[in-house]
Amino acid sequence: MWSQMEKSLNWREFVITRAIKASGYSAVVFVLLIFFFLLREGLPALSEVDASSLLNIRWYPIEAYFGILPLITGSLIITLGAALIAVPFGIGTAVYISEIAPRWMREILKPLVELLGGLPSVVLGFLGILVVSPYLRVLLDLPTGLTAFTGSLLLGGIAVPTVVSVAEDALDSVPRAYREGAWALGATKWQTIWRVTLPAAKSGVLTAVMLGVGRAIGETMTVMMVTGNAPVMATKLGSLFSPVRTMTATIAAEMGEVANGSTHYHVLFFIGMVLFLISLIVNIIASSVVFRSKKRAERILS
Amino acid sequence: MKRFLILFLFSSMLLTSCGSADSSVEAASVSAAQYIENKGSDTIVNLALAWAETYQAEHADVRISVTGGGSGTGIAALINGTVDLANASRQIKTEEIEEAQAKGVEPVEHIIARDAIAVIVNSENPVSKLTLQQISDIYSGKITNWSEVGGEDRPIVKLSRETNSGTHVYFLETVLRLGNSKDKTLFSMDTLLLPSSEGIISEVRQNPNAIGYDGLGYVPHDVKMIAIAKEAGGGYVLPSIETVNDKSYAIARDLYMYTNGEPTGIVKEYLDWILSEQAQQIVADLGFVPAK
Repeated sequence: MWSQMEKSLNWREFVITRAIKASGYSAVVFVLLIFFFLLREGLPALSEVDASSLLNIRWYPIEAYFGILPLITGSLIITLGAALIAVPFGIGTAVYISEIAPRWMREILKPLVELLGGLPSVVLGFLGILVVSPYLRVLLDLPTGLTAFTGSLLLGGIAVPTVVSVAEDALDSVPRAYREGAWALGATKWQTIWRVTLPAAKSGVLTAVMLGVGRAIGETMTVMMVTGNAPVMATKLGSLFSPVRTMTATIAAEMGEVANGSTHYHVLFFIGMVLFLISLIVNIIASSVVFRSKKRAERILS
Repeated sequence: MKRFLILFLFSSMLLTSCGSADSSVEAASVSAAQYIENKGSDTIVNLALAWAETYQAEHADVRISVTGGGSGTGIAALINGTVDLANASRQIKTEEIEEAQAKGVEPVEHIIARDAIAVIVNSENPVSKLTLQQISDIYSGKITNWSEVGGEDRPIVKLSRETNSGTHVYFLETVLRLGNSKDKTLFSMDTLLLPSSEGIISEVRQNPNAIGYDGLGYVPHDVKMIAIAKEAGGGYVLPSIETVNDKSYAIARDLYMYTNGEPTGIVKEYLDWILSEQAQQIVADLGFVPAK
């Protein structure tokens, strides 16, 4: 009897550990599969369109103009704008919620921020078309309100909840003793936050920023609705206030129409590859910075 | 062990009961209703929906599902054999015909209505008439300020549908290139490409700098339609059912449905009905132009 039970326990143990292991590996496998799929569908673009025309400044696929530079610069400028908005606001909100706000305030604010994170991006897009872009056009005296800046504002709004909730968790996990130590040494509240709490939570805050940026660069629906989608090179600061076209919006708008296996189809997958590589690079930079700062922290502590 | 056995029995029971339920539902629906899948041009989708609703009200045994997505999407679906009727606001391209024939599909064309493209501006814009050449120059970027065509000193913001829209291709060929197939004029790079008719309308409605184009059936009363002259000296004509039918309005086109081979059965009945007086009245009600 006893041995039978042990046997079934062993057997269960075996199945469960394997199942957990498999689900752990599956994430890696899926990413690899997706990447190979992108490579398989995207790489033919390089042989069908020569590199010089891929680096052209005109995107007009129905007449075989496949210059992807305007799309890349469009995505980058919007993401940069969104980061400039989301990072200070997000970290500021996180600091307020975690360090300054009284308990009752905190219990109202946190769920509200999470609610904002649950807003469907298409709803924000409507808000952008009907309210934000007309308002910005009049306020800034622009030819049109459908600009990169409008996209950045809304994307910033989408990224803020991500930044806030991850950064707030990171700040929350800083031991109370750090703050008490700083106060004991006569530091003000601001000095404690700026010199002690934030640096101690640095890796978590950085992760928050990267997740926010990742959310912004991959966002599709909102930017498609409010940025005007004109494939113009965004090279100057002024480009922030003119229409741009992003990589994500291009893929979303054109993929449904394109003939399977055509040059245009391959180029769209190539754009997907570029997008994948950009977010990969962002992640690698983020984790290397986190890794380096961790090492330094260990050195200081030891 | 016993528990496993019960679980096994239970699940197999569940599975078999599911299977039988499924097949009975299928059998019932086959005898009760026949389906027509209809997909394609966003220009036609409202019209196709209105037709489908009226037709289904009279023929309870026919179910018609209508979806949009663009002319190319509809034709691609016809080629892949997933729809019975593809709506298109442009004629099928030769490449698409070749692709279809490679898959054993023989697209047959049916003209079901006509549509005029209206060029629209904000109601505050004093400009109310343009020549085709001027519109072409505006969209290709040669004219960039409203004062050059008799308006206020404002920059021109050009709005267009996305490149996957049949309306976009038609506008490119008929207006930008003035129907000249050797002309390689392109939309100026700073033309805004909006994913929907609604996007164009809402931008034109609130922005006095904007110029856009859209199907006559979709233009609301609070934006201004431009009267268009084919040549500089010619008369300026506003789009309407009369001016489209007497060919005096320059930017008008036929709208199509494509079938695989000559239509048979319920699809044929439906297409015949579409060309009937009753169905063509719906065309006129929605602001399109009847095919007959």
